[in-house]
Amino acid sequence: MDLQAVAFYVLAAMLVVSALAVVLIPNVFRAGLFLVLAFFAVAGLFITLGADFLGAVQILVYVGAIGVLLLLAIMLTRDVHHGSPGNRLWLPASVLGALLLGAVSWSLLNTTWADKAAEMPVPATAALGASVFDLQNGFILPLEIGALALLAVVIGAIVLVGEKK
Amino acid sequence: MDYWAGYGSIALFLLVALIFGLITIILPKVLKLLGLVVRKPNAVKYTTYECGMETIGPSWVQFNFRYYIFALLFLVFDVLVVFLYPWAVSLRGGGWAAFTAMAVFIAVLLTGFLYAWKKGALEWR
Amino acid sequence: MDWLHWLFYVGVILGAVPVMVMAFIWLERRGLGRLQLRPGPNRAGPFGILQPVADAIKVLTKEDIVPVAGDHWVHFVAPLVVFAPAMLVFTVIPFQEDGGLVRGLVPDLNIGILYIVAVSSISTIGVFMAAWGSNNKYSLISAFRSMAQVVSYEIPLALAILGVVLAAGTMSLTGIVQAQAVPFIVMQPLGFIIFFIAATAELNRTPFDLMEAESEMVAGYHIEYSGMKFALFYLAEYAYTVGISAIAATLFLGGWKAPWGVGPQVGVLWLVVKILLVFMVILWIRGTFPRVRVDQLMGFAWKFLFPLSLINIFIIAAESLAWPGLPWWLLFPNTAIALVLVVVWSGLFRLGGGRVQV
Repeated sequence: MDLQAVAFYVLAAMLVVSALAVVLIPNVFRAGLFLVLAFFAVAGLFITLGADFLGAVQILVYVGAIGVLLLLAIMLTRDVHHGSPGNRLWLPASVLGALLLGAVSWSLLNTTWADKAAEMPVPATAALGASVFDLQNGFILPLEIGALALLAVVIGAIVLVGEKK
Repeated sequence: MDYWAGYGSIALFLLVALIFGLITIILPKVLKLLGLVVRKPNAVKYTTYECGMETIGPSWVQFNFRYYIFALLFLVFDVLVVFLYPWAVSLRGGGWAAFTAMAVFIAVLLTGFLYAWKKGALEWR
Repeated sequence: MDWLHWLFYVGVILGAVPVMVMAFIWLERRGLGRLQLRPGPNRAGPFGILQPVADAIKVLTKEDIVPVAGDHWVHFVAPLVVFAPAMLVFTVIPFQEDGGLVRGLVPDLNIGILYIVAVSSISTIGVFMAAWGSNNKYSLISAFRSMAQVVSYEIPLALAILGVVLAAGTMSLTGIVQAQAVPFIVMQPLGFIIFFIAATAELNRTPFDLMEAESEMVAGYHIEYSGMKFALFYLAEYAYTVGISAIAATLFLGGWKAPWGVGPQVGVLWLVVKILLVFMVILWIRGTFPRVRVDQLMGFAWKFLFPLSLINIFIIAAESLAWPGLPWWLLFPNTAIALVLVVVWSGLFRLGGGRVQV
């Protein structure tokens, strides 16, 4: 087994363990920390797949921004130290979860995966930028639609503040 | 240095840095066994520090909601930064078309920013 | 993978950074003493030079106190989460141009500077962990302030760095240094001003040290830490300061290059000189400016630095499209634009006034 495979399995094991910890640990703050660790492991997986830019973005946005936002939200809630209480809806929730897991595994098993690892572009960032901002085959319209979605987030956040006043 | 060697070096360096930190924390515990570090347990010593007073009430009080708004604004503009980096690297290849595309993108986000400014969401009170 | 190269640089980074941190702590305490018309530490050794060593021995033999009310595991792990990213920053700094052993650990990582921005954003999580694990009101307020501040100044910081990436056309730090025929501090003065202010705020250093404002918060998020755990926080804080100085030296001051190509062509030497120079300016600012208030802090980041950094990017982008080689005479218009913008924009809004709630 080569070193890349070792790196992949270590990161995958880390991801699975921390994802399980998120669900199973009753202390909400610790569960949040394990979620951040899971984000970090995903970033590592991206890097082993040759997508280093995506890995850095994963750390920047998910660990640095969403993780912080999440921990902040946990701290803003009341009675955190009581942990996450039991819920009467556990039965429908677990049925739904099982269904979702089934659907995801079914689609994973029935997809023909094209093996693209051989033709990995090494300085991926410039190629990525070039393909996004290409006039003919680029993704300029989706980019601008993304801007509109982000605008909606800003306005939504401000409306939230307005209601707190 | 190629891709794998570069990231491999960084990953292993992270491991070494964590072990370095761990040893630094554990070292006093070893020195304690040798009697170099004192340990005189005392109930008052292990209470929460609050300028000599006992802590009143729980520490987990609800904080100013404003922190959350700034974190949300940060998230939005962090995504903007993520879009800007590949744009910056490939700008000379993309030319004025790429420049205009990004100008429109930022103009859309700036309307949100100006709205936030006008609504007073950037004021801390 | 070249194991010898790796081993050598891991040794260099883990050895040189703590030594440099100790030297800088001594320098800071002496320098701050001079600025405040007092001698500073002068008892341990000649000129107090052994003071950091004495501090290290004291901290090593100190009793480790963990508050019973806190979350012990989180309290234990937090220093590591703050410390490891501070060290990771140094892996991509290039020390020298030559090939072989003397360049740096991974100096030509192709996402170099984005990697630094990403990695340094991890330590906020560590600050939160420290505050939560301590279960102390001061710690928590400090962590919240730290979060709001770091988060607000990270955007202008990343955008100021983007100006450099635009001009160099690459994110690799080696590429950025090679692109600086004229150092970027001269070519992009506005970008440097924004970078420097935002970096000082990211480091939570004195005009922006609200998170450890001694008169309000006692010591900040690490108030419940003692012994070596506290030492790790302290080390990480100064390692970040050294790291930011190194990044400023690499991005804006020409990194390993000798100024005008004169003097000994020893890259590491020039890099250390430039790091020292940036650090002295940070120290000078600490000795000069009073602490800002929380509303001024946030307003300054969002109303001044953020719009100016966007304008800066578009100026650099338009210039690099119009004159792809970025000729040296662009420094005249850029300096003029920087001066005019800073003066005009400062008149556009007011900071402060009124009551403030934490």
